[in-house]
Amino acid sequence: MVWPFRILAEHFRFSNSQIFKLIMSLSNEYIKQKLSEKFGEQVLGFEESYGMLSFEAPKEMNLKVMNFLFDSDDLKFRFLTDLCAVHYPDQKGKEIAVVYHLHNLEDNVRLRFKVFTDVGKPDVYTATGLFSSANWMERETYDFYGVNFIGHPNLKRILNVDEMDYFPMRKEFPLEDQSRIDKDDEMFGRGGTLGFGTEKTGHGTLIESDKGNIGGEIV
Amino acid sequence: MSEQHIKLPEGSIEKTTTTLNLGPTHPATHGVMQNILELDGERIVSTEQTIGYIHRAFEKIAERRPLYQITPLTDRLNYCSSPINNMGWHLTCEKLLGVKTPKRVDYLRIIIMELARISDHLICNSIVGVDSGAYTGFLYVMQYRELIYEIYEEICGSRLTTNIGRIGGFERNFNDIAFQKIEKFLKEYPDVQREFEKLFTRNRIFMERTIGAGPISAERALNYGFTGPNLRAAGVDFDVRTQNPYSSYEDFDFKVPVGTTGDCYDRFLVRNEEIWQSLSLIEQAYKKVQDFKGADAEIYHADVPEYYLPDKKDVYTKMEALIWHFKIIMGEIDMPKGEVYNSVEGANGELGFYLVSDGSRTPYRLHFRRPCFIYYQAYEELTKGAMLSDAIIVMSSLNLIAGEMDG
Repeated sequence: MVWPFRILAEHFRFSNSQIFKLIMSLSNEYIKQKLSEKFGEQVLGFEESYGMLSFEAPKEMNLKVMNFLFDSDDLKFRFLTDLCAVHYPDQKGKEIAVVYHLHNLEDNVRLRFKVFTDVGKPDVYTATGLFSSANWMERETYDFYGVNFIGHPNLKRILNVDEMDYFPMRKEFPLEDQSRIDKDDEMFGRGGTLGFGTEKTGHGTLIESDKGNIGGEIV
Repeated sequence: MSEQHIKLPEGSIEKTTTTLNLGPTHPATHGVMQNILELDGERIVSTEQTIGYIHRAFEKIAERRPLYQITPLTDRLNYCSSPINNMGWHLTCEKLLGVKTPKRVDYLRIIIMELARISDHLICNSIVGVDSGAYTGFLYVMQYRELIYEIYEEICGSRLTTNIGRIGGFERNFNDIAFQKIEKFLKEYPDVQREFEKLFTRNRIFMERTIGAGPISAERALNYGFTGPNLRAAGVDFDVRTQNPYSSYEDFDFKVPVGTTGDCYDRFLVRNEEIWQSLSLIEQAYKKVQDFKGADAEIYHADVPEYYLPDKKDVYTKMEALIWHFKIIMGEIDMPKGEVYNSVEGANGELGFYLVSDGSRTPYRLHFRRPCFIYYQAYEELTKGAMLSDAIIVMSSLNLIAGEMDG
């Protein structure tokens, strides 16, 4: 395969006109039209937020859509920038969104597309066949959201400990309320039995026998 | 094998390879990460990386913090170039809020970001030297990283985890000492960089150690999600600064260096050349900043009363300023609803922030695209079949920062 990039041994000098040309050559409108032609009603929810085209696809279609975007001669979305998940507990049946950020490096266009899945059965096809970079990103997504990427070569936790039995980034695990007082967390200044900083041990406080000496008076 | 000399205990499996545990706290990993190498003699058969030793759940913590309190979290991603992370985060917030920053702020930001890039590349390149047995370069350039840290100190008061700038600009104008120090750096550093390059670039031992170590083709590098100097060393001229210019990078003239083979030597050269380009960028930005005269020279932030703390003088004398101060500090500002992805060219590659806001006071979801995390998975492919000594040098030339990897 001939890689379509300018591979230069020397330096590449960029100019503003070049950038302008790169930005203008592939419009969001055109991508939208191509996708609608190919997939019809199945791709939906097109919107343009802050200049980036965003759309949804059914979760069974994620590989088909990505393959189409990858292989198509004028779309060429061949760089996976980012892959992550978002949890929406209130959307019944489509609680977890897997979000892909793709980048066409030649025309310098980015797009975002999402597939939604049920939190009870979060099965999504893996993108590792297409992008090697998806490997760890999917492991991370599994680690934090429990998305089961079907066909992934090595789907196990990556940043958390292997023994963890829940998916911590889901919304049902809120961060601890910092004002709680029921927890024995004395090293961080809350509660406790050893009583650092209290009168019991005398750290920085007066102990009983010295109390008479306040103000330097000798009793 | 003709004869078994050593009697293995019954039930044990005869193994022809050696397992070597490199890390998590090995001095050569320069960070907390583990590599389990399977060696056949000195050749690497396979590698398994374990990461996550300093995972601090920043994405989760960020879900309960107002925007300005997330900046200190970004410091701790790539802690060799915190200012770039800070600026990236501010730019993301500004994109979400629709804030337009004045030109002077953009130029001041570029000075800071390029200084950070130099200090990051310095560390990486000099560490490549250390790992190939040349300590001198490392000790020599450390003095000049110190100078960069002093500039940060003048601007924001801290050195490593900088928390520099605010949404909309800087917390205060650069003082004269900061400008003097930048001038001093611009004057003194080129000689140092030249000497540093003289120590390494045509050094026979260094070349033998790095040429052909850990090469990657452009195609594989892209497939592995490489960005930044590592991708450019493989021959792809992708740089966020030129492709999606932010913070007025389009006003500047600079080159994007590229390599050909993507091996350690090319990565080293690309980083060195980027240091020169950064120096030229700082010089240009410094000149442009000096062109602002009179009242223009006092501009150091955009007008964003909802997110930018008012002057202390006003807080003590005016009711409105006091209210805004209180609301900002307590994080009582609702942000607009929307999804935004913004990226900057970090020292290691494309540092992206994917921010989902549901219109409340804290992000609904924040995801960091951490370049280190993404390209470290190529390590196995880079080192397969190489010598054990290459494993170390490939690791340092990829510039793996555990803080960024683990997030």
